[in-house]
Amino acid sequence: MPERSGVEVRLENLQRRYGAVVALDDLSLTIAPGELVALLGPSGCGKTTALRLLAGLEDADGGRVVIGGEDVTGLPANRRNIGMVFQAYSLFPHMVAWENVAFGLQMRGVGLAERKKRAIDVLELVGLSRFANRYASQMSGGQQQRVALARALAISPQVLLLDEPLSALDAKVRSRLRDEIRRIQLEVGITTLFVTHDQEEALAIADRVGVMQSGRLEQLGPPMTVYSRPATPFVADFVGLTNRIQGTVSRGSVDVRGATIPLVDSSVPDGPATALVRPEAVSLVGNGEAQEGPLIGTVIAVAFLGATSRVTVDLGDITVLAQLPTSAAAEHPAGTRVKLALRPDPVLVDSHN
Amino acid sequence: MAAVRRGVQGTRRLKLQVFRIIVFVAAGLFFLVPIGAMVEFSTRGVGDQPRTLAAWQSIGTYPDLVAAITASLELAAITTIAMLVLLVPTMVWVRLKLPRLNPIIEFICLLPLTIPAIVLVVGLFPIYNWMGTNFSDSILTLSIAYVVLVLPYAYRSLEAGLASIDVKTLTEAARSLGAGWFTVMWRIIVPNISSAILNSAFLSVALVLGEYTIANNLLYNNLQVEIAMLGRANAGVSIAVAVASLLFAFVVLVLLSFFNRGRGRLQLVELQQVMRTERG
Repeated sequence: MPERSGVEVRLENLQRRYGAVVALDDLSLTIAPGELVALLGPSGCGKTTALRLLAGLEDADGGRVVIGGEDVTGLPANRRNIGMVFQAYSLFPHMVAWENVAFGLQMRGVGLAERKKRAIDVLELVGLSRFANRYASQMSGGQQQRVALARALAISPQVLLLDEPLSALDAKVRSRLRDEIRRIQLEVGITTLFVTHDQEEALAIADRVGVMQSGRLEQLGPPMTVYSRPATPFVADFVGLTNRIQGTVSRGSVDVRGATIPLVDSSVPDGPATALVRPEAVSLVGNGEAQEGPLIGTVIAVAFLGATSRVTVDLGDITVLAQLPTSAAAEHPAGTRVKLALRPDPVLVDSHN
Repeated sequence: MAAVRRGVQGTRRLKLQVFRIIVFVAAGLFFLVPIGAMVEFSTRGVGDQPRTLAAWQSIGTYPDLVAAITASLELAAITTIAMLVLLVPTMVWVRLKLPRLNPIIEFICLLPLTIPAIVLVVGLFPIYNWMGTNFSDSILTLSIAYVVLVLPYAYRSLEAGLASIDVKTLTEAARSLGAGWFTVMWRIIVPNISSAILNSAFLSVALVLGEYTIANNLLYNNLQVEIAMLGRANAGVSIAVAVASLLFAFVVLVLLSFFNRGRGRLQLVELQQVMRTERG
């Protein structure tokens, strides 16, 4: 991996209100030099507001933005050294690709020959140097976003901000460009904040994922931790699919329909609670024909996802999702009776039923 | 069966073609006959004398008329520039920072459309009276009233131009790359709404060159007032000037349509290239 040369970015107690709506509620976040942090959350959770405050496109009501040790809270957007790729196509329609990429360099007083050379070099980095003389309207959406990325990188910014840059693209292009963004980010070693509502995107690309809700950071951690050890029921619900199954907490574990599962947080008081169980922790064991029991039910749907399939099982009072290898799922077509087993991985419980 | 269908379709196409030609000829006659009559009148000889261009040639010999033509052209230029300087930044700013004010700005800009010019004069008269005494009584001060007069037409045209681009994203992209507000306006917004700016400029020029009521009632002699006055003394010259001003407006319109057609052709080429890229 190339040596990381980015700067540290700190958002300290950021606050932002729109009338009565609190968009950011005391948000603090530190991004290490060269790190890619993805902010993930539902619409209106404040992730884009955080990014816009960092870019200087909006003013904070309170708190500080510190980039590379320098307080830039009061600096306007054009005086912060930040590259940004937007959700909407943002290439200047009257300029060809290389002119778009060279625009930031022109603003910094770089001469024509030098900025053209550097623009072509950066276009080469995103694999589009042969489109240097094309207008935005002569390129596909994916190509436009790659040129936008080149334009943001051409000014050698201290920080790269990506505001849902893939959301307007179709699935195949999105996945390819996502990997390309990560490759370039690692190659350049730039500190990056990536905002998205697509959890798959965030988990695939980021060094750390921050899950936001109502202007606050619910959890910040490596993708694997956020997925497998969600800090709050909201994170468990938002990241990945979760079965909510009624159970009873007793001495550091939860009894769910006869199965005992350890808790992530053993300090939860005893009593009724909802266990949050991942579909991949649910498996189908044996034939449930002619049997009765709390974990025996009927398969009502099988969704083919490629290597795995998602099986929906009706237990009478609730439905439970199980994610299995497709070959295993094929043995249990819709209508068959099955018995469920719950893997004893530590789970979170939601005691606010 | 297919031959019959082709025959029916061919007949339909022919009928449509004939209809188009009839409409085109009728519209052409509607516009050209009055202008032809004006040209015929302005070149008519006295009594039995043959046709002459004397009226056209004598346009330059009327000092008041030349002064009025100059003043109207200056007014057209000042009004257009003032309107653009006032309207373009305001509309962009409102879109970016105060979108809730957009309906109010639209209402204010469209208001002059609902007020007859003669009513406008009643309101303007005391202001011009005061300006004449304390500031200047130059005919060029009419440009203030004319900016108000052209607002509705210019607003509509510029609004259409701004709606065709993503002003907010383009502005923020340019700002994040280091551009100040003036650079954003001059290097990013203006080039992308150039057609709308040209359209609004043309409408302003056409309106100012054809304006009579306000100038006449505020006692200024612009082109139209001078044409009306000249019509009483020498109808031939008056009509020649009217035709000349129509031709001037026509030339501006043709130039504008050529510019827009060039852009349209460019967009078609761009579209074809994208389709080739997508196929590739």
